[in-house]
Amino acid sequence: MKFGVIVFPGTWSDVDCHYAVKEVLGQEARYIWHKDEDISDIDCLIIPGGFSYGDYLRTGAIARFSPVMRQVEKFAADGGLVIGICNGFQILCESGLLPGVLIRNDHVQFRCEWVNLRVETIETPFTMSCDSGQVLSIPISHGEGNYYADNQVLDVLEKENRIVFRYCNEDGIVTEDSNPNGSLRNIAGIVNSKRNVLGMMPHPERCCESSLGGEDGKLLFESIVRAMQS
Amino acid sequence: MQIPREILDEIALSEEEYLEIVRRLDREPNHVELGMFGALWSEHCGYKHSKLLLRNLPVESSRLMVNPGEENAGVVDIGDGLAIAMKIESHNHPSAVEPFQGAATGVGGIVRDIFAMGARPIALLNSLRFGPLEDVHNRHLFNGVVGGISWYGNCIGVPDVGGEVAFSDCYSGNPLVNAMCVGLLRSGDLVRARASGEGNILILVGSTTGRDGIHGASGLASRTFEEEREMRPTVQVGNAFMEKSLIEACLQIAAADLLVGMQDLGAAGMTSSVVEAAEKGGSGVVIDVSKVPTREQGMTPYEIMLSESQERMLLIVTPQNEKAVMNICTDWDLEAVVIGQVTDGDTITVMDGTNVEAYLPINILTDPPLYRTQSTMPDYMNTTRFLKESEVQLPTESPSSVLLRLLSSDNIASKEWIYRQYDHQVQTNTMQGPGGDAAVLRLKGTSKAIALATDTNGRYCYLDPLSGGAISVAEACRNLACVGAEPLAITDCLNFGNPERPDVYYQLESCVSGISDACKAFGIPVISGNVSLYNETRGTAIWPTPSIGALGLLEDAKLTTNTAFKDAGDIVILIGSNSLESGIESLSGSEYLEVIHNTIKGSPSIDLALETIVQDTCIKGIQAGIIKSAHDCSDGGLAVALAESCIAGNIGLVCDQGIKGRWDTALFGETQSRIVLSVSPDEIASFQELALSTGTPYVVLGIVGGERLIVNSLLNTNIAELSYVWQNAIAGHINS
Repeated sequence: MKFGVIVFPGTWSDVDCHYAVKEVLGQEARYIWHKDEDISDIDCLIIPGGFSYGDYLRTGAIARFSPVMRQVEKFAADGGLVIGICNGFQILCESGLLPGVLIRNDHVQFRCEWVNLRVETIETPFTMSCDSGQVLSIPISHGEGNYYADNQVLDVLEKENRIVFRYCNEDGIVTEDSNPNGSLRNIAGIVNSKRNVLGMMPHPERCCESSLGGEDGKLLFESIVRAMQS
Repeated sequence: MQIPREILDEIALSEEEYLEIVRRLDREPNHVELGMFGALWSEHCGYKHSKLLLRNLPVESSRLMVNPGEENAGVVDIGDGLAIAMKIESHNHPSAVEPFQGAATGVGGIVRDIFAMGARPIALLNSLRFGPLEDVHNRHLFNGVVGGISWYGNCIGVPDVGGEVAFSDCYSGNPLVNAMCVGLLRSGDLVRARASGEGNILILVGSTTGRDGIHGASGLASRTFEEEREMRPTVQVGNAFMEKSLIEACLQIAAADLLVGMQDLGAAGMTSSVVEAAEKGGSGVVIDVSKVPTREQGMTPYEIMLSESQERMLLIVTPQNEKAVMNICTDWDLEAVVIGQVTDGDTITVMDGTNVEAYLPINILTDPPLYRTQSTMPDYMNTTRFLKESEVQLPTESPSSVLLRLLSSDNIASKEWIYRQYDHQVQTNTMQGPGGDAAVLRLKGTSKAIALATDTNGRYCYLDPLSGGAISVAEACRNLACVGAEPLAITDCLNFGNPERPDVYYQLESCVSGISDACKAFGIPVISGNVSLYNETRGTAIWPTPSIGALGLLEDAKLTTNTAFKDAGDIVILIGSNSLESGIESLSGSEYLEVIHNTIKGSPSIDLALETIVQDTCIKGIQAGIIKSAHDCSDGGLAVALAESCIAGNIGLVCDQGIKGRWDTALFGETQSRIVLSVSPDEIASFQELALSTGTPYVVLGIVGGERLIVNSLLNTNIAELSYVWQNAIAGHINS
């Protein structure tokens, strides 16, 4: 099982993701430079966090035109697993692989802090190792994490059970107070209709070791490995 | 020869300095040459008023890998084939003019100093000072600076893991923004800032050069704010994305062993970068400004040489390696241009195509006159140094009420409003981030971790600069001890007023002495630093503020702790003192005296021998697994330290240790060298043995448990209430 970690100019969570899947989970992983076009050896693509292209124009707006994104689109269409984290989520929305858009946090500040996420569905390759309704503790670190889509799109996401994570309090209750950025319906992560492409704002790669504050991030990567093996 | 006043004013040189230049050159300098002297002979670049004093700082250590001051940053060996590069630097004057960009480019500049050594930047810290937040202009500066640090640091993917902020009237016109950066490198990969080897080429890589920042070093950093002048063009503008690409490209080039040397372009731009690299390489250099990519039309050689456009690096490369270097730059979409070459000899020649624009001996440019001003104890110290008991009435309000007021004072309140705007986790090394006594970062591939802290107390330094300087170092190192780290080295940023005034010079000289005393007592060197002078407006100087950045090492990353009380039944002990009583002098320069009594008085003092014992005890206790929490007593004294440990652990404390004498000195006195520990009941005997072996005095305070902070009949408050006040103070003051 091989993970591919995509690197754009300005990406910086690439090293963190590579370390998490390779050193902590013991999986094979390599970096994919944005100008590369060969991803035939990859089983799961990670689009990591960062400030690709300096967030020029809009976050993720330029990255979507990189040569590698064409391959990502093909890979996803063929059923390959793709996980976009933070800037990665923004890039997936810009490229149309996921619906909606991430805009400025409602309080207008950058926010780096631990949040609680409720696992809304375990019927995805990213959450199959979790329990339904499980509360995960995972950090966020973003200035534009406010998820927006019009009501029609949101209703489709709900109906098709494609909202994967919602911000909640430590008891698993979805409240306004527990929403760190204003995202509609407290949405923190979603999948596409084929359920093979996940976008999430929080950073699971930052919590795979207890010495760094928690290990809940491991559950997502373990789910992916299980899904790839089955 | 008469040199017009306006020209001298523009480049901030005195008439005597001009005449000295003429004498040494044996002719008058032309316009470009004068601009270069203005830059390199500025206070900021030349350290004219501080170098003689800085020579007294202890710089020896077996771990030192470069001589302090000779390279872009200090470097210490930490074993396992690894080394840490570290430096703190100021960007005060630009931040006063344009806080967002001033702070952002301050971060950019210090980060470049670190990766210029071939080290990957792994952490940022910052030490900030502002006027009181009640004032709308101070709020504007505060918001701008925090925003600028957040934007730039987050964009380049370097975690901001710690720092400190304090507020006082004296900083109202002169905010302080000191940015510290720490980098990690393999010892064998160290890159030096030298241009050597005749025929080697100079490559400029990064941003195009514009008109921003001209006279930033001379016109802005080296003078006081006297008149209203339009200073905004002297503030540089940052591009964090470009910096990130530069970090990756330069580290890749360094790792491929393609460099003879590397230097960043910072204050005084191309002039200082090229001249300093040539001086260190013992060479001459010729450059052609017409080769420099510019972003504006019609830039003159003068402007190109003095521009402080950001995100530019100078690479010194053998001709054989030029192609490989250019390829890496292209990969990262960075513009790289050959702008000159190393020559033998000792002069710098600046060409513009075929015209010679400047021709100067390097050793004159890098050898400005050094001054020692007359040093006179400031008048105010005659009155402030004596604090009499009769001058401080015991308050009529209750101790609990005083505690709540102190917890909501901006100097003491939680700074979470600030640091949650900083990414403190990227690079996944952060074991402890902002909010504790020190940051702890693991070192992947080893069992080690490093600890980082910044500290200083301007009020102490104002009242007694000699003690204040020593205490600043002691507090920074004590913070490291509280996470179980052994202090290895410090970097310092000396922020003072106009050094040409005898009272300010006295403050500078005394603080440097104090810093030196403490470093010698702890056996650690000052490995790098920066001096920012002329921080004053219309004759009112800031408090002397020597920011200390401290680096510590944990051999075993697992053996560390934090400030939070942990379990009911744990025993809380104060080390460094064997009783809670203290005399009136313990209120010297205290937060309590200023906030409750509106008084700034006294003579803070420290016993460095006792401090060494206390730090040693704390480190040994944490490494032996005996100590479950540690928090040093500083601003606000013992009561604040206890409250903070309760808040962090969300658990109370019952202390029934008797207090004879005044309760205010006992609870809020800021006697030095004290740490609040908590220990499991099973370990109490081991702790007592440890204390006996190190000789540290201690007193048992009480037991962890419950939901209240109770100190016999004096304090009895709900932790939730303490927490609410402490957490929300800063946000409340910003939004009011």
